[in-house]
Amino acid sequence: MSEKDLQKTENTAVTEKIRNVKIFVPHVDIYETRDALFLIADMPGVDDKSVDVEMEKNILTISGRVENGRVKDYSLVFSEYEVGDYERTFTLSNEIDREKIRATVKQGVLRLELPKAEKEKPKKIAINAA
Amino acid sequence: MFGPGIWRVKRFADSVPEIMDLQREINRLFSNVGQNTALDYPAINVWEKDDSLVVTMEWPGMEPENINISVTGATLTISGAAKADSLKEGEIYLRQERALGNFQRNFQLPFQVDSKKVEAKYEKGILNIILPRLKEDLPKKIKINS
Repeated sequence: MSEKDLQKTENTAVTEKIRNVKIFVPHVDIYETRDALFLIADMPGVDDKSVDVEMEKNILTISGRVENGRVKDYSLVFSEYEVGDYERTFTLSNEIDREKIRATVKQGVLRLELPKAEKEKPKKIAINAA
Repeated sequence: MFGPGIWRVKRFADSVPEIMDLQREINRLFSNVGQNTALDYPAINVWEKDDSLVVTMEWPGMEPENINISVTGATLTISGAAKADSLKEGEIYLRQERALGNFQRNFQLPFQVDSKKVEAKYEKGILNIILPRLKEDLPKKIKINS
């Protein structure tokens, strides 16, 4: 990962919102286990009420709304990051059991467990000795 | 922006690296377009009022007890380690973009801080530190005698 990738990047591909806010791409880790895909997304400033996970066919969209990051009665004198909403879309190749998707948000991190549909799970085939 | 002129480079050839560093630092300070580097992670915003500063930092997914904040005089240090999920055998990362590992940042503050009154809270992945200015360090109004 290059140095610059540590900072938030603006999502320019996403359709614009009516509200005049910037939209950022949350950084994600994705790993796969035998039964499920796990997606972990960094979205500082969101909580369980302001995050949305949508799944349409095999398109997964995660989005989060962030209140303006202003500090009351103070004025900004130095800035390294901007505050805005988050949105990112993924095309999933595995068939996901959408009834069993689980999502949690803790300290600005969204965790998604996307269980694979029963028929997609690799099955071990027993081989009988001849 | 603040590039060194050629004549200056010639005359102070020995100090070119320092000059370049200084130039980079100055450019960084004066530009608010994203020229940040890895050294600047996690990113901060600084807010000011007459008698105090607020530093906010976007650092998602930490445990509050894993964040260390210390203030000495006019220096603020924030450090901590972000951990990854431990994977079992046969499980693989398909994508790894999040910043994990040890981080430390030091900041030079514009005034002496009353370290006893520093308050910090961590919510929604955002660290918020209130740094009150030391009483003795506050500007004093001078009365003019007629």
